[in-house]
Amino acid sequence: MSAAFRNILYQILAAIIVAGIAWYLVGNTLDNLARQNIATGFGYLDLEAAYGISESMIDYAPTDDYARALLVGILNTVKVAVLGVFLATIIGLIVGILRLSPNWLLARLAAVYIHAFRNVPVLLQLVFWAAFIRASLPSPRQVGEDAGDIILSNRGFYFPWPELGPSGPFLLVGLALGLLGWFFLRRWALARQAATGRPFPHALVGLGVTLAVAFIAWLAGGATLHFDAPVLTGFNFQGGARMTPEFAAVLLGLTIYTSAFIAEVVRSGIMAVPRGQWEAANSLGLRRSLVMRLIILPQAMRVIIPPLTNQYLNLTKNSSLAVAVGYPDLVSISNTTMNQTGQAIEAIAIFMAIYLALSIVTSLFMNWFNARMALVER
Amino acid sequence: MNAAQKDGLPVTGPLTSDASVATVEMAADPGAGRRATKWLRDNLFSGWVNSLLTILALAFLAWVVPPMLNWVLFEAVWSGTPEDCQASDGACWAFIGEKMRLILFGQYPPTEQWRPQLSVLLLLAVIAVSLVRRFWKLWLVGFWILSFVVLGLLMWGGFAGMTFVPNHLWGGLPLTLGLATVGVIGAFPLGLALALGRQSRLPFIRTLSVTYIELIRGVPLITVLFMASVMFPLFLPEGVSIDKLLRAQIGIILFTAAYLAEVFRGGLQAIPKGQYEAAADLGLGYWRAMGLVILPQALRLVIPPTVNSFISMFKDTSLVIIIGLFDLLGTVRLALTDPPWSRFHTEGYVFVGAIFFLFCFAMARYAGYLEKEMGKSDAR
Repeated sequence: MSAAFRNILYQILAAIIVAGIAWYLVGNTLDNLARQNIATGFGYLDLEAAYGISESMIDYAPTDDYARALLVGILNTVKVAVLGVFLATIIGLIVGILRLSPNWLLARLAAVYIHAFRNVPVLLQLVFWAAFIRASLPSPRQVGEDAGDIILSNRGFYFPWPELGPSGPFLLVGLALGLLGWFFLRRWALARQAATGRPFPHALVGLGVTLAVAFIAWLAGGATLHFDAPVLTGFNFQGGARMTPEFAAVLLGLTIYTSAFIAEVVRSGIMAVPRGQWEAANSLGLRRSLVMRLIILPQAMRVIIPPLTNQYLNLTKNSSLAVAVGYPDLVSISNTTMNQTGQAIEAIAIFMAIYLALSIVTSLFMNWFNARMALVER
Repeated sequence: MNAAQKDGLPVTGPLTSDASVATVEMAADPGAGRRATKWLRDNLFSGWVNSLLTILALAFLAWVVPPMLNWVLFEAVWSGTPEDCQASDGACWAFIGEKMRLILFGQYPPTEQWRPQLSVLLLLAVIAVSLVRRFWKLWLVGFWILSFVVLGLLMWGGFAGMTFVPNHLWGGLPLTLGLATVGVIGAFPLGLALALGRQSRLPFIRTLSVTYIELIRGVPLITVLFMASVMFPLFLPEGVSIDKLLRAQIGIILFTAAYLAEVFRGGLQAIPKGQYEAAADLGLGYWRAMGLVILPQALRLVIPPTVNSFISMFKDTSLVIIIGLFDLLGTVRLALTDPPWSRFHTEGYVFVGAIFFLFCFAMARYAGYLEKEMGKSDAR
């Protein structure tokens, strides 16, 4: 029996086994579904959902169909994942750098933060924050009327929200023009530095120009600005922007948990930069902050990005635990749908597919970013 | 990698300031007081930015630590009724004392409590024995199998005067430890098969393995648990049903296998190509080359990352509460449903969090130690 023949035989055998198992499971499933009178197919998505959702980024009413409810869930998941990734990166970067600080006290504090939050299950942290917010923060009544503009209560966090009115579009156009100007300024500055060696503080000047242009545009638009502040009416606050307690708990838990992991990623990335780079940078007379920003971090980034991508994916996947604290995310809404329609297979297939899609999109983006960072290498 | 990194020292040490000059001068001075001052100056007050940060950190500690200590220790109520706790501003550890049995062992019959206690001790002992590198021999596998038989007999009972305890009454620490250990051990063969499949030259097997691994790694554990809890019953023929605990355990095993497969792949890829070629030159076929040459080396390499997988598994078992099992987190939530005590959730979560922390931190330390030790013997 030749090796080539054996290889083909093995594969055919494997295929038969896999197909056999699949056939058996699908057969059983169809039997069971038929016996329990459960409909199959995705037709249920057009039916009326008939349940309320506590928070939504788009208009939603119980009379809408399941498809729209699902969309609300997807948006809620994406919202908490994107915000979480953003905040966890910032906190993780800071804690990771502090962990390596020559300041003994700061390094210890960072280590305590990392160990304390890494080694406790994220679900436990989510339910802890949810219970903490619900029970330990004052009710809107207790907060009272003259509590100021930023309110932390057990019904949610409230803060004033700027309403631009008619000058809003002007501001946006101004901002866009400013950013465009910044882009060209940066290009020119880098080209000049490459050609003549003379640096130009393009970051500061660019930021200033952008803000100035936006401000002028806002003035030209009539300079309307109104802060919508939360006001106590009855049992709750009205107006301003509101962050629900469930969302706050999920965001807080995910951010803190993931930031502890990101801090370790950042630390190992920085430690992977050879000592000689520090010494060379120091002997050039650069300040420590400049050494970090110009020499060490760009090199560390190449080590950091792949594990960082994993952490982003983990955060996105962990956001599914929101169901445990009542935040209406994708899983929570799929769960309700599943209980109402009995169509578990379809609901599970949909949310698995969506998580896969989110994972793939994140991976692709990070691969692109990684490729860009890697280009810097000479 | 340079020496400083290997020892885990921060490479960024105080080589930036003038302090390094002072180090040389002062090192000759044995005076303890001056050494302390020097340490303070080097580590906390080198330069005004550093001093400012130190002062800010101290202020932060002064703001956070005393109230925390008050809550945890000085004003805490260690025993008594819910009313005693209400009267105090401190933590209500009396709640933990009152509900200790429920939190640690779930709804296991109170009269039979020694059984889960003994089981936990036994399991911890087996784990402790397995941590010693000298014992990494084949007999350890047999030891594990034997221990699981004993654990099963002990937990289920039903003989020699021990009443039968069905596994829906299991909960707390034995459940958490059991789900995690059985999860990792059960996932081992499947993970290994998937890792080998992913490296295989046979396109169908490789595609199958890659699809499985990436599919599972792309979705959260909770979706796999949902599948296990809702869809497994549909997969089975009429009249056959499997227990909820077993379904969760299967879900955990299927999930862990994908992650272990990637850990094993790392080990397989770390074996130099020459080893594969040498094995082939000796005339060894695929299975013998793998079994005698490659895997013994690769599996040793992946022990530290496997411990890390075990840590995440241990934390992830808390998700089983979502499908209605009572692990440690589940039992503490159960304890909190008792109305007079329901206010003391912070105490409950802190207590359970501390248990998780102890286990995970110890294991992480162990993985780190192992990595260092194994690095040493490799450098020989």
